[in-house]
Amino acid sequence: MIANGKVLKYGDNVDTDVIIPARYLNSFDAKELASHVMVDLDPTFVDRLEPGDIVVAKSNFGCGSSREHAPLALKTAGVSCVIANSFARIFYRNSINIGFPILECPEAVDGIDEGDKVEVEFETGVIKNLTKGTSFQAQAFPPFLQKMIEANGLVNYVNSKK
Amino acid sequence: MGMTMTQKILAAHAGLDSVVAGQLIECNLDVVMANDITGPMALPIFRQMADKVFDKDKVVLVPDHFTPNKDIKSAQNARDIQDFSREQGLTHHMVQGKCGVEHAILPERGIVTAGECIIGADSHTCSYGALGAFGTGVGTTDIATGMATGQAWFKVPSAIKFVLTGKPSQYVSGKDIILHIIGMIGVDGALYKSMEFVGDGIEHLTMDDRFTICNMAIEAGGKNGIFPVDQQTLDYIHEHSTKPYQVFEADEDAEYEQVIEIDLSAIRPTVAFPHLPGNAHTIDEIEASEKIYIDQVVIGSCTNGRISDMRKAAAILKGKQVHPEVRVMVIPATQKIFLQCMEEGLAQIFVESGCAFNTPSCGACMGGHMGVMCKGEKCVSTSNRNFVGRMGDVESLIYLASPEVAAASALAGYIANPEKIGGEE
Repeated sequence: MIANGKVLKYGDNVDTDVIIPARYLNSFDAKELASHVMVDLDPTFVDRLEPGDIVVAKSNFGCGSSREHAPLALKTAGVSCVIANSFARIFYRNSINIGFPILECPEAVDGIDEGDKVEVEFETGVIKNLTKGTSFQAQAFPPFLQKMIEANGLVNYVNSKK
Repeated sequence: MGMTMTQKILAAHAGLDSVVAGQLIECNLDVVMANDITGPMALPIFRQMADKVFDKDKVVLVPDHFTPNKDIKSAQNARDIQDFSREQGLTHHMVQGKCGVEHAILPERGIVTAGECIIGADSHTCSYGALGAFGTGVGTTDIATGMATGQAWFKVPSAIKFVLTGKPSQYVSGKDIILHIIGMIGVDGALYKSMEFVGDGIEHLTMDDRFTICNMAIEAGGKNGIFPVDQQTLDYIHEHSTKPYQVFEADEDAEYEQVIEIDLSAIRPTVAFPHLPGNAHTIDEIEASEKIYIDQVVIGSCTNGRISDMRKAAAILKGKQVHPEVRVMVIPATQKIFLQCMEEGLAQIFVESGCAFNTPSCGACMGGHMGVMCKGEKCVSTSNRNFVGRMGDVESLIYLASPEVAAASALAGYIANPEKIGGEE
């Protein structure tokens, strides 16, 4: 599986309240949530995002509330993956559970700027900055989690075990 | 190598003699909880896996976030979990007006107890660590899976040990202690780790203090927070619960990533400034700077909505008027606490001093309803998060504090010191 797109880059502690504010949480319709994603951090996000684009961020991405609406909104809006220095634990778990790819790679975060074109290969964890001609190695997922991502989420994984 | 208290609980629930940090395990769950925001989203996912919940004694759905029904969509959400709960015959069926905020009602009703493994579709599920249980927040898919299978996968966390010594001074409580700690280690200082609190200072912390401290473990990125079981814990459990419980203790030779000593007597009333729970300032720093005038005060939430929080706030407000331009929302966390406030004369104090005294709800904490702010407004809140837009407009500001600082600020109209304003002068 390969992701390829331009980068939208953010800083530390992008929390789930800015990813999808509480005022939208009385709905769990994925498309509706996607239309409001990141609005309190970057009101231009939804307009600038093209399907396949990649979010790059610094530390503790997705901190705060457990709302699964957050990775769901990003995935549905067309974000192909998030590359960050580190992820908050509930967001990390939720992303894997819904089959939304996330990668931890501080070197890549340092070596990628807003607007760069990037390609990510999930099986190997290789991140290529096509604009700058550089490449980075992210940590691969442990086999247990690889299986869940391949199954496109926890539910399919659970059902496939029956 | 020995195990931490958390590792012991996880090992027991995975049917393993021992576990090590980083190990992936599958645990049997004692309680699986969701609310009116996370529950409805879980139901269709649940139905892809099962028709019946794994155990109707162990699944609880609490209508607390956007209730009393905030709008039509919220009414539908509350309806969905109420219908599901009734159809499934859930033992702890919860309906608005007969329960409270999830992390206050579950311990109060004895639904959670020492030694248990609990997941909740809410990040503050870590609160139950106060009872010597493992509680952690998860998302919708995990909760649906938990409801169907009674199991969850975990990566075993390593731990930070916090050694608490000394006795907190008069106006310092659980909230100041945890805000001080998060200020010290940062909002990802405990990322993926257990925060294990030990030491002789613990005997000076009430159960309410411990719930407050464990509640905010997630705000430091923690997987869970946990206290050892002592006589206070046992008294609480015996008073509230009839469930069998188990006491787990960390091994003497357990290893910790860090050991941090905290002298409780040195902690000052502490406030977390916008926009991070880790942006801690002591009341002394605040008093030495320009006054921060406020528009709203919220006293309540799963962090600080318990009876001792209500008593502390009332003691400061008694016989006085809150600032004429400040709106003050007081929200006891359960119906039982609401009644206690009435019986003890606290409700009278709140209303007479100019506060809105409200039915239990999470609404104000998360900018849903019952305390929303518009552009430019500032609030002192006893809740747990102050991110941008958390309580309303992206240009409103939230200062997190204890009930006493909140009450003193309500009187003064700016962030104020309970040692000087409203306290024994």
